[in-house]
Amino acid sequence: MNDMSRVERQVDTNEIKLECRDCQVFYGDTHAIKDVNVDIEDKTVTAFIGPSGCGKSTFLRCLNRMNDTIDVARVQGSFKLDGEDIYDKRVDPVQLRAKVGMVFQKPNPFPKSIYDNVAYGPRIHGLAKNKAELDEIVEKSLRRGAIWEEVKDRLDAPGTGLSGGQQQRLCIARAVATEPEVLLMDEPCSALDPIATAQVEELIDELRAQYSVVIVTHSMQQAARVSQKTAFFHLGNLVEFGETGQIFTNPVDPRTESYITGRIG
Amino acid sequence: MPILWLFLIVVAIALVGYVLGRSRALQSAGGDSRNLHSLPAFYGANVALKVIVPAFGLLVIWLLVQPIYVNSQVSGMIPDTAIKEGSSRGLVLAEVRRTATGLDNAVAQGALTEDVARNARADFTDMTQRLKDAGQVVTSNITQTVLRGAQSYRIMNSSGYRIMSIAVILVALAGAAISLVQTNADYRARNVVEQGIRVLLLAAASIAILTTIGIVLSLVFNTWEFFRLYPASDFFFGTTWAPSFSGRGGASDLGILPLLWGTLYISVVALLVAVPIGLFAAIYLSEYASPAVRAFAKPLLEVLAGIPTIVYGLFALLTVGPLLLGVFGDGGLGWMKAGTAVMTAGLVMGIMLIPFVSSLSDDIINAVPQAMRDGSYGLGATQSETIRQVVLPAALPGIVGAILLAASRAIGETMIVVLGAGAAARLSLNPFEAMTTVTAKIVSQLTGDADFASPEALVAFALGMTLFVVTLGLNVFALYIVRKYREQYE
Amino acid sequence: MTDTSMQTPETGRQAVSLTAYDARTRKRAKAEKRFRAYGIVAIATGLFFLIVLFASILSEGIPAFTRTVVSVDFTLTQQEQEEAESTLFKTKAYSDLFIAALNKELDESGLQVDFDEAAIERLLGKVGGTIRTFYADNPDKLGEPIEFDLAASSRVDGYFKGRVSRDTIQDSRFLQKSDLDLVDALKEAGIIKQVFNWPFITGADSGVDNPGGAGIGASVVGSFFMMLVVLALSLPIGVAASIYLEEFAPQNKFTDLIEVNISNLAAVPSIVFGILGLAVFIQFMHLPQSAPLVGGLVLTLMTLPTIIISTRASLKAVPPSIRDAALGVGASKMQAVFHHVLPLAAPGILTGTIIGLAQALGETAPLLLIGMVGFVARGYPDGFLAGFTEPNSAMPAQIYTWAARADVGFYEKAWGGIIILLIFLLTMNIIAIILRRRFERRW
Repeated sequence: MNDMSRVERQVDTNEIKLECRDCQVFYGDTHAIKDVNVDIEDKTVTAFIGPSGCGKSTFLRCLNRMNDTIDVARVQGSFKLDGEDIYDKRVDPVQLRAKVGMVFQKPNPFPKSIYDNVAYGPRIHGLAKNKAELDEIVEKSLRRGAIWEEVKDRLDAPGTGLSGGQQQRLCIARAVATEPEVLLMDEPCSALDPIATAQVEELIDELRAQYSVVIVTHSMQQAARVSQKTAFFHLGNLVEFGETGQIFTNPVDPRTESYITGRIG
Repeated sequence: MPILWLFLIVVAIALVGYVLGRSRALQSAGGDSRNLHSLPAFYGANVALKVIVPAFGLLVIWLLVQPIYVNSQVSGMIPDTAIKEGSSRGLVLAEVRRTATGLDNAVAQGALTEDVARNARADFTDMTQRLKDAGQVVTSNITQTVLRGAQSYRIMNSSGYRIMSIAVILVALAGAAISLVQTNADYRARNVVEQGIRVLLLAAASIAILTTIGIVLSLVFNTWEFFRLYPASDFFFGTTWAPSFSGRGGASDLGILPLLWGTLYISVVALLVAVPIGLFAAIYLSEYASPAVRAFAKPLLEVLAGIPTIVYGLFALLTVGPLLLGVFGDGGLGWMKAGTAVMTAGLVMGIMLIPFVSSLSDDIINAVPQAMRDGSYGLGATQSETIRQVVLPAALPGIVGAILLAASRAIGETMIVVLGAGAAARLSLNPFEAMTTVTAKIVSQLTGDADFASPEALVAFALGMTLFVVTLGLNVFALYIVRKYREQYE
Repeated sequence: MTDTSMQTPETGRQAVSLTAYDARTRKRAKAEKRFRAYGIVAIATGLFFLIVLFASILSEGIPAFTRTVVSVDFTLTQQEQEEAESTLFKTKAYSDLFIAALNKELDESGLQVDFDEAAIERLLGKVGGTIRTFYADNPDKLGEPIEFDLAASSRVDGYFKGRVSRDTIQDSRFLQKSDLDLVDALKEAGIIKQVFNWPFITGADSGVDNPGGAGIGASVVGSFFMMLVVLALSLPIGVAASIYLEEFAPQNKFTDLIEVNISNLAAVPSIVFGILGLAVFIQFMHLPQSAPLVGGLVLTLMTLPTIIISTRASLKAVPPSIRDAALGVGASKMQAVFHHVLPLAAPGILTGTIIGLAQALGETAPLLLIGMVGFVARGYPDGFLAGFTEPNSAMPAQIYTWAARADVGFYEKAWGGIIILLIFLLTMNIIAIILRRRFERRW
């Protein structure tokens, strides 16, 4: 089950991109995340695994303050991106989210053309000075999203008309178009078929070269295939965090072992 | 009220039938209800249903058919020579009916005896005088034809009602008898009763269709009648609206264009007020407002929708009109001559439509999936960028539908324009001038003393037809758009 | 995927601190604030309109609930009556007696004003006739002191309520400037005063030149009979139609047709229903004109779509598990619906019906077409059944008639009528809200 032969692991120590200390999240009266400490490294894929409802997605949404849009959610603790507290009062979440992009569980292309979907981020952030530059950004992002070849002849077609896998790659292209430094992915493959999943996973591995990628997944195999670091969440606690190989072959915590061997979850 | 009595008699038969049916069923089961196919009450209900449904069905059909039959009979009695130049058969028939009503009332007052009223040799001049003495409104002198027509109209009607009463009671009794004979322990009363109730439920649902048919028929027939008296092309393309009340036909100019222009102009002003306010209110309430603000502001805005239109009409006439006149009238800018104007009616109608636009748009904006917003926030868009560039484009078809529904409301609104817009039909661009609308003219043409058979009254039906077609078109189109939009996210 | 080249991004942003706002961010934040402000302004405007509307209703309408009366202590002896009856101008004799009594009261208060009989007539109408009729009807009151409350004319009423002032008044046969001196003196003596206007609530419509005597009572009764018809017809028919569509209707073209019809009828302008009523009920079926029965029928057809739509929503809210449970113990589909689904949906249905009735109660336009205009409401119907068929008006139509009259005295009545109408609507809506709060069930 621990299929680790496919990914060669180069575990060089990268600088820490995102440092989280004593993180707590409350949903109304529910204590959803308890005392989580995680360091997300630059140019690394970090996977969050755990049974559903364990808080991994909630924690992920703290990293670019997406929880701000939920009225009842309350976040405590320190989250530092390149040493700056992202929950500082002076921080505009809008600027933060431009640096920390996000891809969601269900592909959510806007009801616009493929071109406009990708151009949306650069436009609102003013990344392109003219149409030619924007075209360039769109093409580059679509190429990075590994979907350029499929859509280059129909950039004016609506993004909602693509297949599920294509839509998700379009959403990834849309996210990288704003040149984020960290890319958060919330179960990006859960709505996709195996072939599309393989394509997206390949893409994630390539994105690692430039970004720090955090991926939430409920599939342990996927975590094993794409990530270098893995964090295991259980009931709102971070149970174990370490090298992916170590977590899957030699877990320290008995709960981690139970989960990866299929006894709980 | 003979029909009320008839109604009560049938209900009484049904009640007796219920009791008899129930006891007969129990009797046939030897007093043990467990031997029955259905509960005893079903046997009773079976009898009651079979009494009431056919009897009332016959009653309703009879009441609908008899006037048609009597009218055609009386109409046949009127020779073509009796129809004067410039008049029509319809006008003569209306006179016949009025005379008949006059006779009825006179008899009821005791001014005439039934025998005199029926006297076939009665002299028409004498009768006219007698009716006038009895205080009955009788137009010109009743002619001999009209009097004879009125007399046979009365006779046919009263004998018709008598036969109807007998027939209805017979049908009720027959229903009771047949169903009582059928009643025995093995009779599947529950199935029959439930089938019957199902048919009744279907009939209730079909009233919606009947209403539509009724609307269409009453509009089509009278419009047809109108176009026989007044050329359709003059109606649709005429640019003056000047009905004459003294003369009949000919002298009136009944062009719909000034009315359509007024309707359109006022509706546009109303939408210019309602759409921005309603839309921004909806956006704020659904995207920004805290639950507390929403719980406070939304119902308050919706109070505006629950206020009757007569209140808005009075508000336009007595508050907004004088207010606008103070600013734009001779004392101020000098653009406005009277309180009633396009602006007055449009502004007030706009206020009325605010909650209409806001609550529909609110629903539609809420139907845009949260995933869309998340996608946009995830890219670092601000809330307003998300709303303007993602939520609103996604909701656009639905919002267009909502605006079209509001437009259809504005076009069909009556009381505000009757009181606030003025009565003069004009083709003008000045929004501070009084103009009038299709609905306002329907009211004024049908509430006067004009004869229903004159073109001046019948034109109201042609106006109503136009109004119905336009609003129906808008509604169907808007509902289609809204439905399409909903399907997109379901 | 070879082209995801590894070059570093050359376009785009430089690494900047999160707390350092560039010009663009500031601009965007401003745009955000502006957009938010538009929303607040929109809501504030809507609420402002609401406040203005209610403020003008209350400020203009409340005076309708008071009226101005002149109350004079008056005693007529048997002898005085006989004398008056023996004169040629009988009412003038009574009028002279009244003026004497009035003068006496003014003297007691130490006020001296000159006035003549004509002035009294302008202020109070034909006083002599009123007094004469009173004693003719109540001979036993002769010799006793009676306090007469005589209604002041609508101009005097207007003077008291600020509608007419000394500056705006023009001498006419209705009121002259000099009369106001008398009014002021009477006011000082406490003879003329404002009392609650019961005749407005209980009375019927008056003639076009008598705004003071107009009351809304008769049209309230008209509205009441109409609502009885609407309730008796639209509730059973609406519930039956909803049950059919929600529980029994097969998926076919006919059902679609019904659905389309209902949703379209809900948006047909109300005046078209008036045309329908005029053509079908009055022209074709020859039902009586101006009758609450016909008004009720028209409003029923108009309200049905509303009731059907809300009833269907409450039926839909009953979870299918309830139906399954009933069917599971061997009930027929009909029994499951009538024994279980319908009772559970009843509060919702009732709420919808009340709201539909409230909507019908405020409707005006269709009533005008079937002849239920205000001036028809000249009195109360004789008896219950006559209430349905005798010509009458309804509250909103009565208000319209007053608003359309030339005499400004009627405007006050129209606003007052609106207050009464809104009180009815408010009560109905509060009942609906209470019903919903009390019985609402979340599944």
